[in-house]
Amino acid sequence: MATGAFAESGADLELVGIQKRFPGFTAIEHLDLTIPAGSFFALLGPSGCGKTTTLRLVAGLEDPTEGKVLIGGKDVTKLKPYQRQVNTVFQSYALFPHMTVLENVAFGLRRRHIADPVGKAHEALRLVELDHLAARKPQQLSGGQQQRVALARAIVNRPALLLLDEPLGALDLKLRRQMQLELKSIQEEVGLTFVHVTHDQEEAMTMADTVAVMNKGEIEQLGAPQELYELPKTAFVANFLGQSNLFTGKVTGSTSNSISVDIEGVKIVVPTKRAQRHAGEVTIGVRPEKLHLHLSAPKQSAGVNVLGPGRIIDVSFSGVSTQYILAIPGIGKVTVFEQNMKSGPVAAEGSEVWVSWDVEHGFGLADEPAPGPKFAADTDTATIAMQKKHALMSELEEA
Amino acid sequence: MSSKLGLGKWLLPAYAIVALTFLMIPIAYTFIFSFNNSVKSNIVWRGFTFDKWLNVCNQQEVCEAFGNSIIIGVTATICATILGTMIAIALVRYRFRFRAAISLLLFLPMATPEVVLGAGLAAEFLTAGVEKGLVTIIIAHTMFCVSFVVVTVKARVSTLDPALEEAGRDLYGSPNQVFWRITFPLLLPGIIAAALLSFALSFDDFIITYFNSGTTSTFPKYVYVSAARGIPAEANVIASAVFFLAIILVLISQVSSAIRRKRLEKVS
Repeated sequence: MATGAFAESGADLELVGIQKRFPGFTAIEHLDLTIPAGSFFALLGPSGCGKTTTLRLVAGLEDPTEGKVLIGGKDVTKLKPYQRQVNTVFQSYALFPHMTVLENVAFGLRRRHIADPVGKAHEALRLVELDHLAARKPQQLSGGQQQRVALARAIVNRPALLLLDEPLGALDLKLRRQMQLELKSIQEEVGLTFVHVTHDQEEAMTMADTVAVMNKGEIEQLGAPQELYELPKTAFVANFLGQSNLFTGKVTGSTSNSISVDIEGVKIVVPTKRAQRHAGEVTIGVRPEKLHLHLSAPKQSAGVNVLGPGRIIDVSFSGVSTQYILAIPGIGKVTVFEQNMKSGPVAAEGSEVWVSWDVEHGFGLADEPAPGPKFAADTDTATIAMQKKHALMSELEEA
Repeated sequence: MSSKLGLGKWLLPAYAIVALTFLMIPIAYTFIFSFNNSVKSNIVWRGFTFDKWLNVCNQQEVCEAFGNSIIIGVTATICATILGTMIAIALVRYRFRFRAAISLLLFLPMATPEVVLGAGLAAEFLTAGVEKGLVTIIIAHTMFCVSFVVVTVKARVSTLDPALEEAGRDLYGSPNQVFWRITFPLLLPGIIAAALLSFALSFDDFIITYFNSGTTSTFPKYVYVSAARGIPAEANVIASAVFFLAIILVLISQVSSAIRRKRLEKVS
């Protein structure tokens, strides 16, 4: 048992063939995952994707139905939570309401009989800049302060692995930004392995070295945040991490470094190394901010894909950029983000426009093209909002 | 409008005063007659004296009955509180076969008429060949107190965030340490409330006790039996003392929680 001493450093975490079934449903289908020591790792996914279950399996609060959990190369699958050198920052913080802040932080140290628990607890509280509130009870603190106490209570134990279960979920946006930076700098300072579970893609991307996108109990894609964003491999990743314009068509030809895809009669070129599939029916995509808006047909040139003409059906201004949604006959809706370099929108609702993007910015997905609707799913919030708007407008016209 | 308001202004307080007076008369009567210089019966006022308060145990039977009631109350409370707390935690925290059935069955002792419970138990003790006395009373009281403890403690357990216990385990607390350092202190207000309720119920119980006590006397049983030939003033002394003790306990808890609240406000 982990008594008397701290972990020397962060340890790597290995999940081998993990499966977790609950009565009535399977939370994790099959999971293999290695997280190197000292990294800041984010498990990103929608609610119910199995990310919190994964965390609880690592902490020992749940037992896997099958598979093994290894921490620092040692099999801990059979160990109880209090026998693992792992600490968790809970979503609800779970601070003990009957103890002072100081006693909360010292709790783990006392259980392991580590020398000078009070001194070390003060030290940890100084790290999160809350030492002056050591004598208070948790309910006398604000949400952000409670979150920092929960963090101090976990890192004071110098665990080999620190698990964070959506710890910033209850904070408001500004505080969350601040805490993200603080967490990141604390991780760099103490050098522990952090595993952060979140459904907030922005949070995962700004904080983590490596992000694993989880969906339906499996990891869809794993990599550095930039890599995931620039080169998503599945439609789920493409739409969960930011927005994407997706098109489906047949591959009509390929050269040594690119493939061309026929999208309703328009030839779109995607670099071979950025495409997961090189033949048959494929789904390709491009990020909205990579698109350029043109008021007249742009000149065809190698290295640039052009779609259009289409009509702008919605313009929404969001400060830094403006979002245009255009409908291109036969192809469907395309979303474009334009930086607001000039004041006012570049094009008005209803005007005829073309879009273009560098071939280098396109990507090809690994998914089998979904049967049914050919183009980008129209269940994203922007589309739903627009449908509502149109429904309301036609209703008003009728009245 | 103003006349209506005027009516409401005095009608409600007047009603409250009448109701309170009505409730207080028997208590006041009991208290006043504990100072009666009575001889045999304590019905006619024979003059004021402190004798009965100073020498309660002159009337040996009263004191003995009172002592028995305390022994029974304390023992039954301890047994019922321990058992009931364990049952409450199990019912909220664990999923097992017959869980729903047990939850429901625990309500039965509360819903069943006491006469039926008392008579049933008496029959059981008779067939089992157990001699009636202090032990059978304690068993009977524990039985019906457990239900009340379970209900009271269960309410507290279900408001307890399971993440707190998980956090305790996560922070290297063994199951034992987690229970005594986290679960128990957080349940304590509920457990204390349950224990006080048990004691009050046990101390007060007459019907079930009457069926299962044999020759052993308890305070309520003594009062009932002696009512026929006149209750001695010593019984009034004990009843008044218990009443004031309860009032003092309530006052202490109210004052201390008010002080705690003030201190919390000051800090934050």
